[in-house]
Amino acid sequence: MEKILTKQEYVKYVEEKSPKSKLARNMTRAFVVGGLICVIGQLISNLLRTRGFSQEIVSNLTTMIMVFLGALFTGLNIYDELGRFAGAGSIVPITGFANSIVSPAMEFKSEGYVLGVGARMFVVAGPVLVYGISVSVVVGIIYYLLRF
Amino acid sequence: MASKRNGKQTVKIQTPVSIASSACIVGPKEGQGPLRLYFDEIIEDEFWGEESWEKAESKLLRETFAKIINKASKTVNDIQYVIAGDLLNQCIATSFGLRESGIPFLGLYGACSTMAESMSVGAMLVEGGFADNLICVTSSHFCSAEKQFRFPLELGGQRPPTAQWTVTGSGGVMLSNQGTGPYIKHVTTGKIVDMGIKDANNMGAAMAPAAADTILTHFKDTGLKPEAYDLIITGDLGKLGKTICDELLRNQDLDISSRYNDCGAMIFDLERQDVHSGGSGCGCAASVLSGFVLNEMKKGTLNNVLLVATGALLSPTSTQQGESIPCIAHAVSISRNLS
Repeated sequence: MEKILTKQEYVKYVEEKSPKSKLARNMTRAFVVGGLICVIGQLISNLLRTRGFSQEIVSNLTTMIMVFLGALFTGLNIYDELGRFAGAGSIVPITGFANSIVSPAMEFKSEGYVLGVGARMFVVAGPVLVYGISVSVVVGIIYYLLRF
Repeated sequence: MASKRNGKQTVKIQTPVSIASSACIVGPKEGQGPLRLYFDEIIEDEFWGEESWEKAESKLLRETFAKIINKASKTVNDIQYVIAGDLLNQCIATSFGLRESGIPFLGLYGACSTMAESMSVGAMLVEGGFADNLICVTSSHFCSAEKQFRFPLELGGQRPPTAQWTVTGSGGVMLSNQGTGPYIKHVTTGKIVDMGIKDANNMGAAMAPAAADTILTHFKDTGLKPEAYDLIITGDLGKLGKTICDELLRNQDLDISSRYNDCGAMIFDLERQDVHSGGSGCGCAASVLSGFVLNEMKKGTLNNVLLVATGALLSPTSTQQGESIPCIAHAVSISRNLS
């Protein structure tokens, strides 16, 4: 085949030939669903505040409840359907983070609780944690230095 | 040149090798597709009463194997070899599925080309007088393949439009030196073709040049024209790969479009079933061959078929290391008549 087309030519040809993702549709869906998830978070947060909790406790509790909901809907086999519809709209909020941890835990349960669930749980979220924590440490150091 | 060779990559099967029986079992999604009436059995859920997807895939292969023997009215003792493979690491679906079979076993890995690869080896064994009856069988399972090659099933995300859906299914045939056909006439063994595609979500485009290469070589080696076949069917190129393969061949002055189709584009309803570019996996070519193609041949609507099963020889490690995807396509020509 290489005698007819070079690899570069073929890769270029395939790029032109391949159907593209429907960006406008996907972005609209992501915007609406992502927005709705945030509205739910805000509702929970407002509800907690009316119960007289301090801002710090409200933030922590809201996060915990949203993570729980993400995990619950993953377990109920609903979150993947939502993700297929909404894309980044359901990946970016914290419920998506819960989904990325619970889904491998479910998937690898057949390999046992230690080498399966335990070892594979962070197979998707691991990089987010590693680089998220690393960056926050670096930013923290810069912040500390800038204070002087 | 060895007397049975017919050109650079092709072997002519001279003493009749008959496809004595065939069987296939598919998953629920395939059972809702356009070919549902051709399958021997459709399972109701992906676990099929097993604890894991890997075990379910083994069961698919084991039950298909049993069906093939039963449909030929043979017993295990009549079978001299089983030639099989699947997509899972170390081909565990196959080896665990056939663990209790007690038949000499040759394991193959040709990714999704395994059906044609096993039939190629099988036809040569029978033709060479090394076996009376043997079985060629393969399987794939959407869930076990996703788990190994991609992301957990419950992870919410989107696939690009070029992605394909691994078929849950198993199919196979019994090859025999007895029987009334259909017969295997030619075997064209593919060579590895890598045109530099790196996107594991675009297997159709990666494999299309391999398919085109094997089809071209088949016609060059045998001297046949596309008109010799009622159907030229590639394994799992999907909608995009099929278009590309067709175009590549037309650029080489070989027009097969009027008799060309692809198992991956046929097994699902691409508009309705949300499978993007179509089906893939060992089970795709296997179930379309043993379900659709061989049944239509039995009915007489198809007389001569060229099956070109295609495989992407990648692994998750090679993808992560940024390697391009080496691909292969093996062709087997099947005919109702001996002459």
